[in-house]
Amino acid sequence: MKHTVFAKTPVKYILNTVCTAAVITLLVLLTSGGALNNYQTDLLKLIGINIILAVSLNLAAGFLGQLPLGHAGFMSIGAYAAALFSKSVALPANIEFPMALLVGGLFAAAFGVIIGLPALRLHGDYLAILTLGFGEIIRVIIQNMTITGGASGLRGIEKHTSIFWVYLMVAATIFVITTFIRSRHGRAVLAIREDEIAAEASGIPTTRYKVMAFTISAFFAGIAGGLYAHYLSILDAANFGFMKSVEILVMVVLGGLGSIIGSVVAATGLTLLPELLRGFSDYRMVIYSLLLVVVMIFKPSGLFGKYDFSLGGTLDSAILWLRSPNKFHTVREKIAKLKSKKGGKA
Amino acid sequence: MTLIYQLINGLQLGAIYALVALGYSMVYGIVQLINFAHGDIIMVGAYVSWYIIAKMNAPAWVSVVAAIVFCALFGILIEKVAYKPLRRSARISLLITAIGISLLLENTSQLIFTANPRMFTNIFSGAINIGERSVSYATLVTIVISVLIMIGLTVLVSKTKIGRAMRAVSEDNAAAQLMGINVNNTISFTFGLGSALAAVAAILYCCSYQQISPTMGSMLGLKAFVAAVLGGIGSMPGAMIGGLCIGIAEALTKGYISSQLSDAVVFGILIIVLLLKPTGILGRSDKEKV
Repeated sequence: MKHTVFAKTPVKYILNTVCTAAVITLLVLLTSGGALNNYQTDLLKLIGINIILAVSLNLAAGFLGQLPLGHAGFMSIGAYAAALFSKSVALPANIEFPMALLVGGLFAAAFGVIIGLPALRLHGDYLAILTLGFGEIIRVIIQNMTITGGASGLRGIEKHTSIFWVYLMVAATIFVITTFIRSRHGRAVLAIREDEIAAEASGIPTTRYKVMAFTISAFFAGIAGGLYAHYLSILDAANFGFMKSVEILVMVVLGGLGSIIGSVVAATGLTLLPELLRGFSDYRMVIYSLLLVVVMIFKPSGLFGKYDFSLGGTLDSAILWLRSPNKFHTVREKIAKLKSKKGGKA
Repeated sequence: MTLIYQLINGLQLGAIYALVALGYSMVYGIVQLINFAHGDIIMVGAYVSWYIIAKMNAPAWVSVVAAIVFCALFGILIEKVAYKPLRRSARISLLITAIGISLLLENTSQLIFTANPRMFTNIFSGAINIGERSVSYATLVTIVISVLIMIGLTVLVSKTKIGRAMRAVSEDNAAAQLMGINVNNTISFTFGLGSALAAVAAILYCCSYQQISPTMGSMLGLKAFVAAVLGGIGSMPGAMIGGLCIGIAEALTKGYISSQLSDAVVFGILIIVLLLKPTGILGRSDKEKV
């Protein structure tokens, strides 16, 4: 087809890689060049970490259609595992840090399997409360172990988290999760969301795919935890309680369940909002919660619904519009028709 | 003797959890919503009662009545403003709204009353001696009042007209409407009743622990919710059983193992029960169809 120039597979990958590399380079240059001060750099790192958390939770909540309330638990496991790893080995930072992140991710993924296997037998609100319970247990256990520093917290973690690593991980998370969703396994996961019993009847091993999605989600939460540990340099298990899980869930639902761009925008917005409202520091949490209620009442499907952004697709539409603005809408309708005939494959 | 003392403590705590869990369970039964703001209604009730006693120097019974009425109306107001517009949308949006309301209540009260905890004077001061230990009147009053309320509530739900309407709406919303039941009024009544119970729980809780703060409701509410799920959410006897189980388990853990681990034990019991019986102790399992 002539009107898909950029949305073709090889072109799309090259385009996305180039643009991602450009954005990361720009961010690194901005921070190292001194265009952004320390406070702004830290805020950017926090935004990146929250994006990873929101996008990874979106896999379990938006695409798998479950309601996990223990995402902070996985994050804390990743954070402590990564921190303990990097504290116990003495390697150059550029080797040690990615290894620590991987250790954090793998530990969180292992717990994802351990918790997911029993938990995913349950449905809806029961699953929610079970994951909440696991999250709280993880917190209490970490608070009472000596190796994690107990209630006084783990101190003296090296500050390895740089803008480069954060945004590299953001890109990796978004890449893995979008490609997973578009793969054969991802379609199985989507089928489970739409109707679990029908999916099972069609021969999809639902337990395996549920645990798979849940584990991937936990893995990236662990990576985000590792980044967070090496960003703050002090870990306190009290920060990974139920409210942290809720905070991440709010980002996902506000952005739109099943919309990656929604999670990215909502994570960015909700991280910035309290900072922007610093001037009214007394009222900022009131405004935050009020905004949450108002958005949910007027736009219950979240800001982006299920819409997702594709760079290639957007460029194609732009070219089409430049060529013949009048024909633009009819051609778009035709493409939409073609897509639905082919069963969603473009 | 220590065991009996711990059991009395557990019974008292469990009675409070049960009262709050009843509110969660009734609301869940009727609109399938985990009302995360319910825990914060406890906090609202506690502050209303405290304000009337400490700032307006009114007698204790006035504060009790005022807190119950205020909370009931407040619960209805929240339902009308925040939950009613979302009744037909996805359940997760409703859940996030409930979380939003909960944050709103906590932060607003932090703004009004500051984050510093306030002292709440015990309405039922004094104690009686049982064996070598003394048990405070507040403990006994808590247990007695909770039992009376649970009996009253059971009668209300099983015998009266509004109780029958509540059961009908939770069974099948649309069919109930066709039978001429005013669904909106029934839902409002349920929210009001649940919030009134939360106010009673708030006063009983404050008489024993004597400290109130804007975030006091979150952990209390969470544990009461765990109790509701443990007993089988949507089931009223289940909420009572669940509440007592959680209360006794917590008291025994605090007394014999470690007070820091009590939360882990509570959630551990929940996980074990849910794994063995996925809909809770008295919960019904609905058959699912495509």
